[in-house]
Amino acid sequence: MAFTSMMGARVTRREDPRLITGRSTYVDDVKLAGTTYAAFARSPFAHAKIVRIDVSAAKASPGVLAVFTADDMQGVGDVPTAPQIEGLKIPKHPALARGRVAYAGEPVVAVVAETRAAARDAADLVEVEYEELPAVVDLERAAAGPPYVHDEFGTNIAFTMQINGGDAESAFKNAAVTVSERLLNQRLAPVSIEPRGMVAHWEPGPQHLTVWSSTQIPHLLRTQLALALGLPEHRIRTIAPEVGGAFGSKLDVYAEELVTAFASRALDRPVKYVETRSESFMSTVHGRDQIDFIEIAADSDGRITGLKVKILANLGAYHQLLTPAIPTLTALMVPGAYDIQNVSVTLHGLFTTEVPTDAYRGAGRPEATYLIERGLDLLAAKLGMDPAEVRRRNLIKKEQFPYASAVGLTYDSGDYHAALEKALQIAGYDALRKEQERGRSEGRLMGIGLSSYVEVCGMGPSSALPAPGWGSATVRMEPTGRVTVMTGASPHGQGEETTFAQMVSERLGVPIDDIVVLHGDSAVVQYGIGTFGSRSTAVDGAALYRALDTVCEKAMKIAAHQMEANVGDLEFKNGRIAVKGNPEKAMSIAEVAFAAFRGLNLPPDVEPGLEATRRFEPPNFVYPFGTHVCVVEIERSTGAVKVVKYVAVDDCGNVINPMIVEGQVHGGIAQGLAQALYEEIVYDENGQLTTGSLLQYAAPHANQLPMYELDRTVTPTDVNPMGIKGVGEAGTIGATPAVVNAVVDALAPFGIVNMDMPCKPERVWRVINGYDGKANGKAAKK
Amino acid sequence: MKRSISVTVNGAKWTGDVEPRTLLVYLLRDTLGLTGTHVGCDTSSCGACTVLLNGQSVKSCTLLAVQADGADVTTIEGIGDAQHLHPMQTAFWEQHGLQCGYCTPGMIVSACDLLQRNPDPSEAEIREALSGNLCRCTGYQNIVKAVQHAAAAMRAPKMERERIGAPAD
Ligand code: FES
Ligand code: FES
Repeated sequence: MAFTSMMGARVTRREDPRLITGRSTYVDDVKLAGTTYAAFARSPFAHAKIVRIDVSAAKASPGVLAVFTADDMQGVGDVPTAPQIEGLKIPKHPALARGRVAYAGEPVVAVVAETRAAARDAADLVEVEYEELPAVVDLERAAAGPPYVHDEFGTNIAFTMQINGGDAESAFKNAAVTVSERLLNQRLAPVSIEPRGMVAHWEPGPQHLTVWSSTQIPHLLRTQLALALGLPEHRIRTIAPEVGGAFGSKLDVYAEELVTAFASRALDRPVKYVETRSESFMSTVHGRDQIDFIEIAADSDGRITGLKVKILANLGAYHQLLTPAIPTLTALMVPGAYDIQNVSVTLHGLFTTEVPTDAYRGAGRPEATYLIERGLDLLAAKLGMDPAEVRRRNLIKKEQFPYASAVGLTYDSGDYHAALEKALQIAGYDALRKEQERGRSEGRLMGIGLSSYVEVCGMGPSSALPAPGWGSATVRMEPTGRVTVMTGASPHGQGEETTFAQMVSERLGVPIDDIVVLHGDSAVVQYGIGTFGSRSTAVDGAALYRALDTVCEKAMKIAAHQMEANVGDLEFKNGRIAVKGNPEKAMSIAEVAFAAFRGLNLPPDVEPGLEATRRFEPPNFVYPFGTHVCVVEIERSTGAVKVVKYVAVDDCGNVINPMIVEGQVHGGIAQGLAQALYEEIVYDENGQLTTGSLLQYAAPHANQLPMYELDRTVTPTDVNPMGIKGVGEAGTIGATPAVVNAVVDALAPFGIVNMDMPCKPERVWRVINGYDGKANGKAAKK
Repeated sequence: MKRSISVTVNGAKWTGDVEPRTLLVYLLRDTLGLTGTHVGCDTSSCGACTVLLNGQSVKSCTLLAVQADGADVTTIEGIGDAQHLHPMQTAFWEQHGLQCGYCTPGMIVSACDLLQRNPDPSEAEIREALSGNLCRCTGYQNIVKAVQHAAAAMRAPKMERERIGAPAD
């Protein structure tokens, strides 16, 4: 395979053979001699005092090795949280509840037994006496006053953030038109199909702890385990084996991880814990969950002059690793892809007696995009203007990049109009509008929805994150000419074993089969920050690019010395370093690698070996963008929404492997569309989770999703040397408002300008039949 | 009280004692070490655990091991290995029908079951047939394409045989 074809090539994935044959190792497949199993007794109440815990029956249960409560774990640190937000209230968050519980499903007692079943049986024998306290589930009431989740704070407001850019007040005073709406962004569950799991193996001989965890951040987990358990970090090895999806939910350090590691040390035995799906719903982080108030001021031509947003963000009961940071991303992205000079954002992060929220695919940006994209349609409706035209008039223009947004971000590059026009053209927008008009006269409920999004990813500059944001990579040429790459990314479906090998093959001219990309093992890989925030290719890929630079430079020096030529007279092409104009006089990269290994006849200032480790600190985030067009058809008698057409034009800069990029967009759209139409986590007024299994939580099946028509525009970034932006979350961010805008557009004949997600049949039916504003069929009329 | 059962798994007969409450999926995974069959839920909803039981797809988390006594079970490991990929596995690979791979064994087994019953399914029939299997990564588009490609590949030799007048099997 000629290496020039590697970049931009649809190379089939190198990770697939083991996955399609069932020969890979996920955490539950890790089997060590003497493994024991943990199970947890969890709080049945949303909020309660723990009066008494009786573990005697559990202890006496067959096969039980140990039972742990908070008292047994006195020396263990809290479940960690990273954000440094001014004035942030941080409640105590012990791994096992101490004295009180603050959400239904909170782990209270851990049981370790010889088998999974014995552990579960014994956990069910734990007796805990609770004194119930009032649940806090209504965000607006939580903001207003008591009851409080954490009495010690005397408020449910964990933090408040105010961001102002320009002068929103005068913009509203002078506005020709204003629109406002209360928008609900419902709570979602990430639902990676592999649940969370971990195996902790303490070896008393070498005094060493190995932890296999289904995690996105193996190295950060290692550091946090060291801090929480008081173990020296160098005596801990963390391994992210095959990870079956995560979507942000495994970008965390969980109570169960601390308990499992603690238990293994206490028992000198390996301890495994894999959550059930039901446990996952009640104890793995959720995503979204905001009530947002948007106000837009515009002139009579539809140009937006001011934007005011108030965000009530449901943080849940405690802070997980990034909990309070997520809605701050919403606050920073509310102006979206539009040139809005006067912006005012108020964000309140609120405690409730619910599972903590944290990163879920998009993490704060879908909420921002939903706000502004719904806002644009509200404005279009008010002005009687086409939604595409309102977007055209407000999108940031190509010549304005790099663009300083009113809330302080610098968008790197873009041609937003090009993506919009391309999407409209592919969808056949004008024809669709005509068809809609005809259809309406026949009583058809057809809707067309647009979403022109921009998102912030490639997390990110260390200075702008609550954790390090750099990338890392090692490239090692082996003596036989094979290449071993160690990446600080921790992919779990994103395909970097393939795309990174493509990068290496392109640069070194080594066949892709001679390259391996290793990741996710702290004993093998230099410190890595992990995979999240659509960062792996843009940040760890950039570190790899730099490492390849260094390897190539050194290879040139060695080759020059060995061939008695000047470096300047050499060229490196197709895996050969040759004297320019004399292709006979050449060394293959494999020969150079062997020479570097053998250590003979090297230039005096060059060390043996051909290997480089580099880190990349991104100077900025990257900002992928695009326009999605969704067409729906609503069945009048049932309220069922059918997506009949979905066009997505995304721009993630340069692309290494279009097949993988398309896959990311497909999956992203599916999750965004699922929020619009199907999924919601619901707690009742007592804080009980009523959507606690896959029977109630409507993660969509194949027969509930459409085909997507994808295209791209290509606007490279200069934030990294490859001109690449992230693409893991863009689909999700773009999709939700496109679908809801389509549904609302279809319902326009009923005077509807907004309805809350998910637009499930019952709710749509209520809107059609005039039951809006009642029960769960809330919808606002014009 | 353990019960003695005997099952043929991927062509090899296994006889042993199981607890009456042991689910088939845990017999396969924990006792036989066939960890390609995954567990993704506790409500029979996700299909990650799908295997063939006497040639028909079943959710192995919804069957007791004792119910499989005397049966023939095919797991993903029996569908094909890296040296002998089944056309369905090849199609998932070539069409990028997987990302994290956790749903994939169950998807492939379900899709094989579909093609046994319906060698030339429409897109809607594929989506319907796979509606017992959840995938969170792919949005299903490339899974549908993979099944279409596998179906075409698996029909091809037969058409070829018909063209040259060879007896159908
Ligand atoms: S494990 Fe989910 S259906 Fe069997
Ligand atoms: S590939 Fe990840 S769940 Fe299907």
